[in-house]
Amino acid sequence: MPEQLVFAMEVFLNGLMAGVLYALVALGFVLIFKASGIFNYAQGVMALFSAMTLVGIMKGQVPFAHVINAIFGTDVHYFGWTVPALLAIMLTIAVMVLFAWAVQKYIFRHLVGQEPIILFMATIGLAYFLEGVGDLMWNSEIKKLDVGLPQGINEAIDNYTFNIFDYGFFIDNLDIVATVIAALLVGGLVIFSQYSKEGRAMRAVADDHQAALSVGVSLNFIWIMVWSVAGFVALVAGIMWGTKSGVQFSLSLIALKALPVLMLGGFTSIPGAIVGGLIIGVGEKLFEFAIGPMVGGATENWFAYVLALIFLVFRPQGLFGEKIIERV
Amino acid sequence: MFYREAGDFKTSYTDDSQTFPIKFDRYRYYVVLGVAFGVIPFLINDYWANAFLLPFLIYSIAAIGLNILTGYCGQVSLGTGGFMAVGAYACYKLMTAFPDVNIFFHVIAAGGITAIVCTAFGLPSLRIKGFYLAVATLAAQFFLVWLFNKVSWFYNYSASGQINAPERTVFGVPVTGANTEAWATYLFCLVFLAISAIIARNLTRGMQGRKWMAIRDMDIAAEIIGVNPLKAKLSAFAVSGFFIGISGALFFAVYLGAAEAGDSFGIQKSFLVLFMIIIGGLGSIFGSFAGAAFLVLLPVALKLVGVDLFGWPTDIVAHIQLIIVGALIIIFLIAEPHGIAQLWRVAKEKLRLWPFPH
Amino acid sequence: MKMKLTTMALTALMAAGPAMADLVFPSLSYRTGPFAAGGIPFADGYADYFTLLNERDGGIGGIPARLLECETAYNTEKGVECYESTKGEGALVYQPLSTGITYQLIPKATADGIPIHSMGYGRTSAKNGKVFSHVFNYPVNYWDGASVGVNHFKKQAGGSLEGKKITLLHFNGAYGKEPIPTLEALSAQEGFSLNTIAIDYPGQEQKSQWLQIRRERPDYVLFWGWGVMNQVAVQEASNIRFPMENFMGIWWSGAELDVIPAGDGANGYKALQFHNVGNDFPVFADIQKHVLDAGKAAGAGDQIGTVLYNRGVYAAFLAAEAAKAAQAANGTKDITPAMMRDAMEALKIDEAVMAAAGLPGFGPEFQVTCENHGGGGMAAVSQWDAAAQSWSLVSEFEASDNAIIEPLIMADSKAYADENAIEGRCN
Repeated sequence: MPEQLVFAMEVFLNGLMAGVLYALVALGFVLIFKASGIFNYAQGVMALFSAMTLVGIMKGQVPFAHVINAIFGTDVHYFGWTVPALLAIMLTIAVMVLFAWAVQKYIFRHLVGQEPIILFMATIGLAYFLEGVGDLMWNSEIKKLDVGLPQGINEAIDNYTFNIFDYGFFIDNLDIVATVIAALLVGGLVIFSQYSKEGRAMRAVADDHQAALSVGVSLNFIWIMVWSVAGFVALVAGIMWGTKSGVQFSLSLIALKALPVLMLGGFTSIPGAIVGGLIIGVGEKLFEFAIGPMVGGATENWFAYVLALIFLVFRPQGLFGEKIIERV
Repeated sequence: MFYREAGDFKTSYTDDSQTFPIKFDRYRYYVVLGVAFGVIPFLINDYWANAFLLPFLIYSIAAIGLNILTGYCGQVSLGTGGFMAVGAYACYKLMTAFPDVNIFFHVIAAGGITAIVCTAFGLPSLRIKGFYLAVATLAAQFFLVWLFNKVSWFYNYSASGQINAPERTVFGVPVTGANTEAWATYLFCLVFLAISAIIARNLTRGMQGRKWMAIRDMDIAAEIIGVNPLKAKLSAFAVSGFFIGISGALFFAVYLGAAEAGDSFGIQKSFLVLFMIIIGGLGSIFGSFAGAAFLVLLPVALKLVGVDLFGWPTDIVAHIQLIIVGALIIIFLIAEPHGIAQLWRVAKEKLRLWPFPH
Repeated sequence: MKMKLTTMALTALMAAGPAMADLVFPSLSYRTGPFAAGGIPFADGYADYFTLLNERDGGIGGIPARLLECETAYNTEKGVECYESTKGEGALVYQPLSTGITYQLIPKATADGIPIHSMGYGRTSAKNGKVFSHVFNYPVNYWDGASVGVNHFKKQAGGSLEGKKITLLHFNGAYGKEPIPTLEALSAQEGFSLNTIAIDYPGQEQKSQWLQIRRERPDYVLFWGWGVMNQVAVQEASNIRFPMENFMGIWWSGAELDVIPAGDGANGYKALQFHNVGNDFPVFADIQKHVLDAGKAAGAGDQIGTVLYNRGVYAAFLAAEAAKAAQAANGTKDITPAMMRDAMEALKIDEAVMAAAGLPGFGPEFQVTCENHGGGGMAAVSQWDAAAQSWSLVSEFEASDNAIIEPLIMADSKAYADENAIEGRCN
């Protein structure tokens, strides 16, 4: 088999895995947009905040240590205990639920019925706010996140493909774990929204707020639930990305990677986020592999958007998005 | 009492259709112009120029540009940073290629080039709407920044990839480079702002502005009554690009002096200008000024209070700044989603009747 | 009469002024933002050294040193704003720790007469003092680093790089593209083939780049990164099982925080340094006693001996030595920025000066002259030991290949001089 084709296959598989990681982030956006029409720019910062909280709880950091030390002149940094990963994850989920409740009560309840762009700007304000609070609480140094996920090249695949193609494929163990977890998450979300009472209520709210109200669905509760689930998805994404590169500010920039996925898949579709993620992941990696060296590399940042743009020109609502019906 | 229209009769069509029909408004406008041109240049110093006045003037022009696109024509664009970069690099190439031509013309030409680029990137708007368009303009943002980083012709093959503004003079007074006086740079930007604001105000008041607003409100209905959506949308992109390009050229040449595409014209810039027009008020020229003033003054004020007044550690102040900016934006949006311009309009309405309640 | 009164009042004011004056060293730091992890230890080291001088020696020449810290978040506009707000306080030297901010400040500071010390970063051709009167980048610059790195690999390869492949993995910006001209010239001279791979900001996702390295199998990889891309690069290199002793980063990609997250996989990773590492120096005992134990540390106090903290201490040491030299040269304790600049232009750092400050063997010996603002261009190679969790130097301070670098510096500084109509000085 020609060498370039083998390389292309390796890049293709890695693109699929990268796409899954992007889709994980995009899922959070889709959930919130579906239920309340809000494009939540703060999703990236939520991933960062949840990952920082997880590390902080695991290491036993004192929240707001820097501020306390500055005001009272003390020198405390750690409580002295460490918390096992699973318990820390539970506690972080509780924090995210609290966050969802606060956001709903103090921000979005007052902004019901506003134009989408106002809601979008409110989430940008929320992103700045959350970033500042996260830095104040847990400080801005880079932290290692270790919840026990494996990293490094997968030996089995390496040897297997070497025997077939005379070139061992590089597939990262972490990516395989991320794919499995993402599959479970999507499966869980689809089952939840199709077969559970709350899930059906969520879909009702996504369809029409007033109709849902009239059949007795509590908008407030649904929105808190949606933000909590989005917070949980953000935590999972934060764990995946944080394990790869450490927990620090740039983690919030993964939201920018998820935007083309949303464009392509449609803002309102969960399967769309997955399919969009896969297409974007494969597309940008293959483009970088094939055309990148000719134009000097580092094309990934913008090519994802151009790819999504091309798809949008043919289907303006994204591949799986709701068809935009405009009435005059 | 002050804001009276009674007794103010117009005797010609020109008088009747002027921008400020009420006498108080007209005089207020003249006073502001008088102070801006005649008083501030004598009081200005380096720190105030660089910390507040120059960014305010430059971002006002960008905000006017984006307001025309997003506020008047309804096309949400997140590519402002990239278009400012086009203006800056165009100005740089013109400055270095034609060193004898006055920088005034270079800035205008840079605006023209940006208008063409912006129109090209505005083509997807004919098919894509709403948030999808916003994300599509991010393609413009990232692509333009990558382009200016990658193609060495744009930065004259310099080893570092940064562009430096050489010294240029207007009437013998340096306005770019390191030896400028605060008042010279201030006046140079102010002239551009005044001309831009006058052009923008008259464009949006006239037929073109009404076409844009028709597209914004209900583009299918507008098409039915005869507004050509292609021309309207692309002209909005073009005019917006012109203003944003001028702003980018001034930002690089007069304010920063040296720039790098990724560093100075990243996505944060796009969000900043979008914030300005939303907080200032979509669809209002005054709103562009108000929003720009708010977002330029706020970090400086916070820093002055936090570090100089209270002496807190700089990183805590920086984090608190983020928190306060985020909280203020949210509070503002909850309290007045239509921005400072709406507050201003309501105040003017009340003033017209004052001291009577209705 | 009136004139006499005014002059008397003015002289009284001016006479009263110096009694309260101190030596102002602004610190343009970034403790927030995307590069905070690297900016915090440097700023701590910079601040702690001046605090030590104040506590232990009563300042420099008896005048206390005052640190004005201003947060830039690595943002160019904030950097300019910090400069404008601090320059009026009698700032003696600026060390922006950011190539972008340095570029901004070069024309401004030159016009305002305040020197800039861009130590191992910034505009490389500022080494040419004939064009850049107020910019200094001693003791070393990126082109020197590239040359020293290549020489180290040459030695490792047995004396010749003929036919080898070297890849430069770099940040896709001004900073990352700096070494390319030098490496191209070296590749022509030494006979190796050079490939450059760019990483876009923030560099959190480097799968494509490392798959390419895995496919191409270069013999050596040089790395110019900053911020999170450092950790990710080291992690990915260990993931694809690239031999770490053939992987070398520039001095901004060689700190503890870059290698610790990768665990044992990072063992053997190399980095260029222009100062020594570790805390086995008398000055750190002093800092522990006078600063940390007295509760005056700028940070949490756990960074002593780390690479970036040491760099901050080194930067402060060089600034303090220049201030001392300025005081001696002008016979006055209160120096102006112009005196500081002249002292920096005549600065001589040798083993005696370093030992006297408690930093024996901490850095290379060098002499600054009017033509040469960049010092001797000497760098050393350090290596990470994952088991001991520490960096250590594995080579001496070696000089770079000046024959290659000198013409490049002349060409680049000439371009700047032509663009800005600067006439050569030092004649």
